[in-house]
Amino acid sequence: MNSVESTDVLVVGSGFGGAIVAYHLAAGGARVVMLERGPWLETGEFEHDFKLGSSYTRIFDFVVGDGMSVLGGNCVGGGSVVYFAAMPRAPRFVFERRGSIARRMWPAAISRDTLDPWYDRVAESIPITQQGWQDVSYSGGLWAAACKHAGRTANPVPAAVDTAKCVNCNWMMAGCRFEAKQSLLFNYLPAALAHGAEIRPLHEVQNIERTGDGGYRVHYQLVDGEDYRVTTGSGTIDAKIVVLAAGAAATPVILQRSEATLGPMPYAVGRYFSGNGERLNTAVLNEDRVREVLGLDRGDGLAYAANQIGKGPTVANWDRLDGSLPEYSRYSLEQLYFPPGLGTILAMTAGSDPMWFGLDKKEMLRRWRSWLIIFQMIEDDNEGVFGPPPARGNADRLSQQMLGIGRLSYKPTANTQAAWAMADAEVKDILERDGLATVTPWTNDLVGAYTVHPLASCRIGDDPHTSALDDRHELRGHPGIFVTDGSAVPGALTVNPAMTISALAERAVPGIVRAARERGVEVVYGAPAPDGSTGGRRGAARLAEALLSR
Amino acid sequence: MAGVSPDGGAVAAGAIELLEWDATGVTDGLDGYAGGLNRHALAHAAERGLALDESVPPFVALSFEDRTALVRWLTAPGHPEKALWVSLALFCNMAYDSAAHTHTAEALAAGHPGLTAMGIAMPDADGLWRFPAYSYGRPLADLHPDTTPTGSPA
Ligand SMILES: Cc1cc2nc3c(=O)[nH]c(=O)nc-3n(C[C@H](O)[C@H](O)[C@H](O)COP(=O)(O)OP(=O)(O)OC[C@H]3O[C@@H](n4cnc5c(N)ncnc54)[C@H](O)[C@@H]3O)c2cc1C
Repeated sequence: MNSVESTDVLVVGSGFGGAIVAYHLAAGGARVVMLERGPWLETGEFEHDFKLGSSYTRIFDFVVGDGMSVLGGNCVGGGSVVYFAAMPRAPRFVFERRGSIARRMWPAAISRDTLDPWYDRVAESIPITQQGWQDVSYSGGLWAAACKHAGRTANPVPAAVDTAKCVNCNWMMAGCRFEAKQSLLFNYLPAALAHGAEIRPLHEVQNIERTGDGGYRVHYQLVDGEDYRVTTGSGTIDAKIVVLAAGAAATPVILQRSEATLGPMPYAVGRYFSGNGERLNTAVLNEDRVREVLGLDRGDGLAYAANQIGKGPTVANWDRLDGSLPEYSRYSLEQLYFPPGLGTILAMTAGSDPMWFGLDKKEMLRRWRSWLIIFQMIEDDNEGVFGPPPARGNADRLSQQMLGIGRLSYKPTANTQAAWAMADAEVKDILERDGLATVTPWTNDLVGAYTVHPLASCRIGDDPHTSALDDRHELRGHPGIFVTDGSAVPGALTVNPAMTISALAERAVPGIVRAARERGVEVVYGAPAPDGSTGGRRGAARLAEALLSR
Repeated sequence: MAGVSPDGGAVAAGAIELLEWDATGVTDGLDGYAGGLNRHALAHAAERGLALDESVPPFVALSFEDRTALVRWLTAPGHPEKALWVSLALFCNMAYDSAAHTHTAEALAAGHPGLTAMGIAMPDADGLWRFPAYSYGRPLADLHPDTTPTGSPA
């Protein structure tokens, strides 16, 4: 058989950027196919188990680079299945950032004011809980109390978690067994399916070429369901529109590999990568001081000893999110949980070298229940650059699942390093006061810096030299190819990014609908939220119209 | 290999089992790793004029302090073989901290040295963790004055 499979819109990746666009395009009448490299798991398959081969390693991805390792999702639903579901909006000053290019890096059309209606659309589609103090975990409460003791404020973080269903098991990274986390598996994706979109798991896209009629041919390989090092076949699909949403650590790699067939890529493809300024600190608490200084008591004889209990981040300190402060000195400090393994290896002792292994580390692990992890999100300098792509995907896979070696190189600039040092010092100041804790940062010496928030590797902007996409997310010089994932975000956000990635994806939809119509696809814009609500659509109507007619 | 700690370390925790499982991707290289480690141990001893017990492999013959120093050197930024030794070290760590070669609930029930030392709680009878008590349940700080009605920073 030599008939070529074809569709109107082909979406690569099923995380936030992919799912949102797929839903709207399918609801508007287009034929939509989504290709996802990872497996498709249902609630009952999410396990509480660290064994290799359990859901934890099946749906999670860890790519080691040179100076930066990236953690992300590898399954239908992408990062939304493994993430911690903190969903704050980015502060106003972020959109005015200049970063490394000495002029505003966001497109002139986007500010907090013009993005708010799109944030509202997301909030209507993904139920987000404004957590109260009753919802805050012990570790979040401890962080809040320490902040207050040090003269700071602290906020419960808005989260896409149904707190009535949550059992505070802290297994979020292995997928939520209790359907408490409002991942894309419960909103945009089922709605897209209901409108006829198809999702094909274990399909890893490799490259794109042009067809004679102005469309594109997308090449994929089929990945073995257990050993991701193995491929079991390959194929192609032709599409009038291609939407890349493979995540900021994978989208630019697909484009780099496609350069041979598509022609030159904009300079900013695979450059300006940001890790969202992430860095972690571990505090080991003195339980007696927690009780004496902060007056905390669980009521069961323990003051804290609750590292294992909770639902990821529940409380953040936002005092430094102040637009009047200079760039690179604004950051948030968020309480977090990382499970043993990923969450213990890089923690350092406060003693003498060696600090990440050895006897002192073993002693530190003995006090694991009294750990508190604090997550910094500073403004970095977009200093990440991707080298030539590997043979397939975005990494040479080392392990059967999860672990691979990628091509990202990240050498933190003086700005980034100074911001990390400033945030380290502040966490130390807050948590070492009055003998509460001993605080150390995670080491960057083993796998480089690390991020669960890859951004900006194929970004939007007004300046063609420093942005790969125009402000409608279309790839410069390659009409009909759009990028709607974290790679489109221009730079570090100082808060968790999924809400902003999602709002930008919502905002990109009218432009993609317009491009599809120009290519003869019968599709309209204007679907309600996945559950049928229409308030968000009304709120964004005027902005959508402008984008549709541009 | 003898550790220095009175209770079990990575080996007792199952590091060898984990490394010998081909899911890790390092299994094929293990003989090469062992040979390489012993060569580095010999060089380390020679540089320092240390006499090694020849009835055991050179790395095992090193004192605890010298073994630690050698591992530190091999995994430090700039060492040409760093990536290899770091991935080996990561899996050894994982055996202790997360027992990645075995089901977590079973490891805990069997008294796995790492998970037990860390004080990881036992799951419920169905193998799932739930923590009915999880919150101090009261306001513990003032909110940032610029918080918007959606709970986000302004
Ligand atoms: C442990 C963890 C916790 C997090 N917690 C939070 C949080 O609390 N709040 C927050 O805002 N953010 C959080 N994040 C980050 C958040 O998950 C990401 O920012 C978000 O998922 C990025 O969305 P995206 O659309 O860019 O890509 P993703 O959601 O990463 O989706 C990309 C998808 O593309 C697939 N893919 C990759 N390559 C290919 C290919 N070649 N072919 C086909 N498919 C491919 C991937 O498997 C993946 O499913 C967390 C991330 C992690 C890892």
